[in-house]
Amino acid sequence: MEALAAALVNGLLTGGVYALVALGLTLIYGVLHIVNFAHGSLLMLGMFAAYLLATKAGVDPYLGLPLVVAFMGGVGWGLYRFVIGPVSRGEDRAILLATLGVAVVLDNLALVLFTGDTKQLETGLTFAMAEVGPLLLSVPRLISFGVSIGLAALLWAFMALTDTGRAIRAVAKEPEGAKLMGIRPERIFALAYGIGIACLGAAACLLLPIFYVSPYVGNVFVLVAFTIVVLGGMGSFPGAMVGGLLIGVIESLGGMYMGESLGPIGISAVFIAALLLRPTGLFGVKA
Amino acid sequence: MAIADVNSTGGIKALGGAKLEALLGDAQGRAEIAASLVDQMAEAGASGFTGCFASPLGLAATTAAAKYNIPFAIDSGIVDAITGRGLKNVFRLFPNLSMTIGGAMPALDSINKKAGSPAKTAVVVHEDGEFGTNTAKQQAIALDAIGIKCLELLPHATPTRDFTNIALKIKALKPDLVMITNYQNEYVLLARTLVQQRVELVGTYSILGGGFNLKFAKEAPTVAEGMIDFNHWYSVKNPRSAAFRKRVEDSGNITTFEVIFGYFAIKLLADAWERAGSADKERTIEALSTSTFSDHFMPYGPTKFVNGQNTGSQAVALQIQKGDMEVIWPDAFASKSAMFPRPRG
Repeated sequence: MEALAAALVNGLLTGGVYALVALGLTLIYGVLHIVNFAHGSLLMLGMFAAYLLATKAGVDPYLGLPLVVAFMGGVGWGLYRFVIGPVSRGEDRAILLATLGVAVVLDNLALVLFTGDTKQLETGLTFAMAEVGPLLLSVPRLISFGVSIGLAALLWAFMALTDTGRAIRAVAKEPEGAKLMGIRPERIFALAYGIGIACLGAAACLLLPIFYVSPYVGNVFVLVAFTIVVLGGMGSFPGAMVGGLLIGVIESLGGMYMGESLGPIGISAVFIAALLLRPTGLFGVKA
Repeated sequence: MAIADVNSTGGIKALGGAKLEALLGDAQGRAEIAASLVDQMAEAGASGFTGCFASPLGLAATTAAAKYNIPFAIDSGIVDAITGRGLKNVFRLFPNLSMTIGGAMPALDSINKKAGSPAKTAVVVHEDGEFGTNTAKQQAIALDAIGIKCLELLPHATPTRDFTNIALKIKALKPDLVMITNYQNEYVLLARTLVQQRVELVGTYSILGGGFNLKFAKEAPTVAEGMIDFNHWYSVKNPRSAAFRKRVEDSGNITTFEVIFGYFAIKLLADAWERAGSADKERTIEALSTSTFSDHFMPYGPTKFVNGQNTGSQAVALQIQKGDMEVIWPDAFASKSAMFPRPRG
C-alpha cells in the first residue's frame, strides 16, 4: 500500500512538469495547427540557459525562472517572426520542416558549445525531502508540481480573460474572420509561438534541479509531451494538464508494478487506446 | 598535447628530429565514415593512426587500416575484438573489456574483505539493453563467487526519467551493495535518487560506470562522495600525473579517461618510430610488437603486447573522496584507503 501511494504521488509530481512541457506544445498546435518539432531542442536551450545562469551568475533556477521565461519567450517570438514565418510563407508543411530545421541547428550548436557531456546542478534544495507519513517527497519535485499548476492556471486565465488571449483564440478558430476584426494573424502566430516556448523556459527551470542537462535532454521529454497532447486533445489546455498528470501516474505505476523496463509500455498502451477509442483525445473536440 | 610534447622535445630523434603532424577527421559516430577517413588519410600518407573513441568505430577503422598495414594505436575502444581478430597492425595499450570485468570482482572482494566483509548482499541495477543485461547476469554470477548474494537484478529503460521506484525497491530489499551498470545520464540520476530516498548502503560499485568521472565528482559532490567504480585511470601517486592533470585543467578542460587514452596512444606510436628508427610500416609494427614502452604514468609497467593487446595493463578501483578521484585498489597504486563502508549522512 505504501508502495502504491509512493508511486501515485511520485507520478503526479512528475506529471506536473510533463504537463508544462506539453502545454506549450498544445498551445502552438492549437493556434498554428502544426506540430512543433523544435520543442525538445528548445527545452534543451532553456535548460542550458538556466544552467548557465546558475553556474556563471549564481542565480538559483527558481529565482531565474522569470528571466529564462522572458528569454525563451523572446527566442520563440524571434524564431517565428524571423525564421519559421518567413521560411514557411504560411504553408503548414513548410512550417513543420522549418521547426525541424531549427531543431537540427539547435542540437548541433549545443553539441559544439557544450559537448555531449551530461551536466547537473546541486542546489541548496536538491536533497531537501518532505516527510509525508511514510513517504519521502523531494522538495524540488513538489515545487515543480506547484509552480507548474500555478503557471497553467495563469496561462488559462490569460487566454480566457484578456483581449490578447481572446485574439489568440479567435485566430486559432478562424484566422480569416479574426483578420476582418482587425487582428493580424501573423503577429498572433509569433506571439503564440513565443508563449509556447516561454512555457518551456519555465519547465526548464523547474526540471534543472531534478534532472540533468545535455544536448539530447529534449528528446527525453518531447515524445512524452506529444503523447500527452494527443491523449488530452490537441490544442486543449485542460487536456494537457490532465494528460500530463495521467501519463506521470501511468508511468510511475507501470514502473512500480511491471518494472522500469516494461513500465514505459503503459504510456504507449494508453496512447494507442486513446487513438482507438477517442481519437479527439480526452478534452478535444471534433473538427 | 602529445604531439606538441614530442615535437617540443626534438621530434622523433631516430628520424633526424622528424616532427609529428596530425591529420584530424570527425567520424560523426558512424563506422562507415571512420573507415572512409582511414582511406583518405592513408592516401594522404599517414604513418600511423589513433582513435576512434567508440568500439564500433574502432572495429571499422582498424579493419580499414589493416588494408594498408598502417599501425593503429587504439585509444578508448574497449571491446576485445578490436585486437582479437588477428590484425597485425592494431595495438591497445589499455586493458580490454574482458580484462576490466575480470579484474573488477577480485578488486571488490579485496576491498570488502579488507573492511571485514561488510557487504554480504547486493542488487544490480542495469540498463535493459544487451550491454547492461549481459553484464548484469555475469555480475550476479561473479558476486556469488566472492560470497556476496545477489538479491535481484533491477533493469530499467534508457532513458529513465525518474528512479524513485527503483530506489524504493532497493530500500525494501535492504542490500549492502548496489551495483550500477548503465549509461551516463541514468547513472547520475540513480545516484542522486539513492541519496534523496536515504537508501542506507555499505557502498555502490560500478564497472566502467557511465557517469563516473571528475566532472561528476565536482558537479555533484554530495551524491558522488564514496561511490566506487572499476575503470581505467592513471597512477595518482606518480608525480608526473599531477603535472599532466594541471596542464589539462589549465587549458580549461577536465582530465577524463579519454584525454589519457589519446595522449598515451600517440606517445606509444612515437616510441615505436624511435625504436624502429624508421616510419616504415613493417618495421614500426615489429617495433610495437616487441615494445617495452614505459614512458607513462598508468598503473602498469612496460608494455607486453600479445596479439596487439597490452597484457600488462590493468584497470583500477576508484573512489570519489572529497570531490576527487582516488585509486583505492590495487594497493601498490592506491593513493587513498577505501572508505568502505561508505560514510553515512
